Amino acid sequence: MAEIFWGVIWPVIVLAAATVAIVVPLLLAVAYLTYAERKIIAAMQLRQGPMFVGPYGLLQPIADGLKLFFKETVVPTRANKGVFVLAPMITFILALIGWAVIPFGDGLVLADINVGVLYLFAVSSLGVYGIVMAGWASNSRYAFLGALRSSAQMVSYEISMGLIIINVLMTAGSLNLSEIVRAQAEHGWYALWHFPMFMIFLVSIIAETNRLPFDLPEDEASLVTGYNVEYSSMTFALFFLGEYANMILMSAIATILFLGGWLPPLEMAPFTWIPGPVWFFLKVAAVLFVYIWARATLPRYRYDQLMRLGWKVFLPLSLAWIVLTSAVLVFLDLAP
Amino acid sequence: MPTLDRIARTVLWQELVKGFALTFRYMFRPKVTLNYPYEKGPLSPRFRGEHALRRYPNGEERCIACKLCEAICPAQAITIEAERRADGSRRTTRYDIDMTKCIYCGFCEEACPVDAIVEGPNMEFAAETREELFYTKEKLLENGERWEAEIAARLEMDAPYR
Repeated sequence: MAEIFWGVIWPVIVLAAATVAIVVPLLLAVAYLTYAERKIIAAMQLRQGPMFVGPYGLLQPIADGLKLFFKETVVPTRANKGVFVLAPMITFILALIGWAVIPFGDGLVLADINVGVLYLFAVSSLGVYGIVMAGWASNSRYAFLGALRSSAQMVSYEISMGLIIINVLMTAGSLNLSEIVRAQAEHGWYALWHFPMFMIFLVSIIAETNRLPFDLPEDEASLVTGYNVEYSSMTFALFFLGEYANMILMSAIATILFLGGWLPPLEMAPFTWIPGPVWFFLKVAAVLFVYIWARATLPRYRYDQLMRLGWKVFLPLSLAWIVLTSAVLVFLDLAP
Repeated sequence: MPTLDRIARTVLWQELVKGFALTFRYMFRPKVTLNYPYEKGPLSPRFRGEHALRRYPNGEERCIACKLCEAICPAQAITIEAERRADGSRRTTRYDIDMTKCIYCGFCEEACPVDAIVEGPNMEFAAETREELFYTKEKLLENGERWEAEIAARLEMDAPYR
């Protein structure tokens, strides 16, 4: 019995506890990301944002969550019910499982696998299925158009993201996310070495998560709200949570690949006092701020502009940068 | 060099940077919105809010049931019935305002020869049922007692311009 307990059951308990320790703070972070978004956009528009529920409106996300929880789930008559209910779950679960490989600090990672980057991109590519299924199962024109746009958009931007990541992989010499961060301790942050790629990556992750100015899939003006028109209550909440969890996940990826993960900005006394996970959190928050900042600043792209940017600007640029990076690495004999 | 200049601006995201800097600066500006139920904007002394029927300082009703307000009311929201009172003076027995009809034009208070019906500064009298908005004479007189101080101050402030 003891062997079974220590060999099988105990590791499962530990894993479950670690998962909960990641998921619960993540969901809280999602809730408060919506609050931060409303507050920051409000500040940029000279408004106050939520102010009523709790001091400075701090309990607003909880009130919103409860409200959605108690609403009625409406399933359209002509919807494909199974797929209709499955779609938000897929979106939400895929947004969560990516976190398994994210290193929050040195060694603080649930699954330290050697193909972390590949895993993350597999998961984020699958994310499009939730949206396509939602759009199709809703049996609504708006939802369907939103889903189509979304799939086209996510596929286009994944290509340039993949190419950008190749640069990082070549420089770091590993697909393991922790190793990439450790390589940045040696080389300096890749945001400096690959600055143009970092900027393109930032734009691409905004497009990948369907956020403004690239939120064509949920374009209120032309598609009402896109793929989630027909969703209500918890099914809608799951989409919402999934979208914001994806934002945080993408910010974490940008942090790990370009901003040195848990590393302090300088290996000097005042910076090294702060523990790694705090640096990680601060950097992710900074990238998230850019997300929100962009939403408050830029108008929505037109669909053809979006496609042009992805295929005619980002794709050739990132390809050219790969050639440049590999040339530099080979000729200066720096390749790892 | 205009072409080169244009290309440099595009590649360096000059317009994006400008736009982002602008929104960032605005983030630290003072907010223009008020935290409404806790903070309120100033009201003009001519603001036309909830109606009130006033009394003289000795407690006598001002309204003499001349029905000028009823006659001028463009929404026909006011209903008045009058009778001779025991002491021989003419008084209203009924003075109803249908607040759901009222358009808050202020003609009633302009028409009133004795400043009896006035529109006070209160605009927070939303109700949950229609019936609560059918104001009776008692309700209007009660409003008059509650808001008399403000109403008198407002009339005083506006007096030079009348």
